[in-house]
Amino acid sequence: MSDLKYIAGKEPHPRERRMIFKNVDREGWDQSIDTYEKDGGYEMLKKALKMEPGDITSEVKAGGLRGRGGAGFPTGVKWGFLPPNNEKPVYLICNADESEPGTFKDRYIIHQDPHQLIEGMVISCFAVNAKLAYIYIREEFPEGAAILEKAIEEAHAKGYLGKDILGTGFDLEIYVHRGAGAYICGEETGLIESLEGKRPYPRIKPPYFPAAMGLYLCPTIVNNVETLCHVKHIIELGGEEWAKIGKPNNTGTRLLCVSGDVQKPGYYEVEVGSLTMGELINDVCGGLKEGRKLLAVIPGGSSAKVLRGDETYQVGDDELTIWDIPMDFDTLAACGSMAGSGGVIVIDDSRSISWVLNNINAFYAHESCGQCTPCREGSLWMKKITDRVVAGKASPQDIDTLYGVAKNIDGRTICAFGEACSWPTESFVEKFKDELVADTKPELSDDILNPESELAAAGLG
Amino acid sequence: MRPLTNEPCLFAKPTLLIRKFSFSMSFEVPADVEAKVDERITHYPVSKRSAVLPVIHELQHHFGFISEPAVEWIAEKLELEPIKVLEVVTFYPGIRQSAPGKYHIRVCRTLSCAMAGSYELMESLCETAKIDRSGVNHHNPIAVSPDGKFSIEFAECLASCGTGPVCLVNDDFYEAVEDAGELLGKYK
Ligand SMILES: Cc1cc2nc3c(=O)[nH]c(=O)nc-3n(C[C@H](O)[C@H](O)[C@H](O)COP(=O)(O)O)c2cc1C
Ligand code: SF4
Ligand code: FES
Repeated sequence: MSDLKYIAGKEPHPRERRMIFKNVDREGWDQSIDTYEKDGGYEMLKKALKMEPGDITSEVKAGGLRGRGGAGFPTGVKWGFLPPNNEKPVYLICNADESEPGTFKDRYIIHQDPHQLIEGMVISCFAVNAKLAYIYIREEFPEGAAILEKAIEEAHAKGYLGKDILGTGFDLEIYVHRGAGAYICGEETGLIESLEGKRPYPRIKPPYFPAAMGLYLCPTIVNNVETLCHVKHIIELGGEEWAKIGKPNNTGTRLLCVSGDVQKPGYYEVEVGSLTMGELINDVCGGLKEGRKLLAVIPGGSSAKVLRGDETYQVGDDELTIWDIPMDFDTLAACGSMAGSGGVIVIDDSRSISWVLNNINAFYAHESCGQCTPCREGSLWMKKITDRVVAGKASPQDIDTLYGVAKNIDGRTICAFGEACSWPTESFVEKFKDELVADTKPELSDDILNPESELAAAGLG
Repeated sequence: MRPLTNEPCLFAKPTLLIRKFSFSMSFEVPADVEAKVDERITHYPVSKRSAVLPVIHELQHHFGFISEPAVEWIAEKLELEPIKVLEVVTFYPGIRQSAPGKYHIRVCRTLSCAMAGSYELMESLCETAKIDRSGVNHHNPIAVSPDGKFSIEFAECLASCGTGPVCLVNDDFYEAVEDAGELLGKYK
């Protein structure tokens, strides 16, 4: 790695370990297949095509790769859910919708290293016997879509795609499918509906687990861009060796995207769990802004529950401050939040908590697909309440109503957007209630002004 | 050139929509655009319906928005009832139903960009381009400048949160935008 040169000012931090982002911001690098091949590109595909498909899945399982799209579900296990003795076609979809607020990692893979993704996809398709695959890319990446289509064309010309790939008899076509600006298309069953040409209304699970009944009701594997890229590196090192990177059950490297109130926001690839939150913020991201204190961190995209800057967390026998939390799946879960999509949003004491929560609520109110009443009504209701808080027109009881609304969404909806939209409000109220109440007006405590409060009092809120 | 006809398409019922637009026919899709549409459809060997979004994108790219005759045209092309196209058009924020400006600006509104000043950027862009956003609401998110040169709307997180505030102008992406005048000056 030391012989790689990066563009001045964009060098990786010494604490990083670049595997997926090896070529991102690399000097002299471009997206062409020639550049990729000169760097050893598509060699892992050749290696994989000599393996038994089932053995690839076994390696991915041995590596313990967990999905990087948000849920952290083990990829090999997901692949193993494909029905045995299946006679229907199998499809693979690369989820390149990247729309969880705070997340900006797939963007760089797509724009700067598209062939890594194509290679990872061809290997994965071979493993699960998919002969038709789509890359579902958000519409707001027009350049990315064009880059991927060009990469696909180049890979075709070299025989890495199409009929009888490299003489193995394996056929595969990959197409790029552009979304149209809806966050819910990132949810895998919403994505599938969208790819079928419909409104992206998520499907209920069970029975519509994509691996059993996905695209065109056939077995379908949906994986995130970063996840599919890791597959290539697992083939390179072997699952067992790859699993030595990171920590047990939290293996490999992971792309962290840091935004908000730090000196150097950006993307960093680290071994999972090799950094604490403090090291990430202070060493890698240059610390907080001059004279500022840490108010809060949202560690895994805006749907992840917020962590308070001055809180302590009981993890096993240890009591951790926010600075001590290792950035891995299991510890963040033990702290009551999640590693999610890797989007870390840092908030300092110059910010109003009500304003932050209101911004988040506006996102979810806009993006609810509207199928489930708790989510459709609740997300808008939460936004209306925090709108009032920010405008100085809320009563203290409104904060209880807000909490009640949130609590009545999660667990009562078709898809995990219900959790995604209610967890921010739940956690903000749990951890910052005093701050939120301070922005309300006790003189507005008249219930008539706040019809929602009455409903809440009657247990209907 | 392939003008819209009022022949009923294979599966489409002759709805009100069809009758209405078979009279006011100035809607024509140029041959090169139709060729792109036809090529896109081949990407979906299992179901033509899957091509709804890609076909919409091709037409929106050419016409700037999806008009009702465009909905009709797509429905006929994909052998769908027009409502199947319309329900898609009305759902997605990325599909426009009225004409945008020559240059359409989308400013990210979401948290990290808002912290980096995207609301202020929206204000200064509107001021510079003389756009009035007072009539904007959930169903009409786009405001157009009086000369029709620029239109603007807020978008949700554009996946570049580390370099906010960010925006798209047509298909061009801009990061850490500070100066509205400088940005708009790139578009003549
Ligand atoms: C509301 C919602 C939005 C999501 N958005 C994305 C997204 O933008 N990108 C993504 O890869 N996964 C997203 N997911 C997760 C996907 O549903 C799915 O779990 C993931 O693509 C699986 O890939 P993985 O196993 O490789 O992580 C989202 C989930 C939910 C509930
Ligand atoms: S939870 Fe929300 S986004 Fe998910 S299906 Fe229900 S209404 Fe749609
Ligand atoms: S918040 Fe603007 S790009 Fe993510």
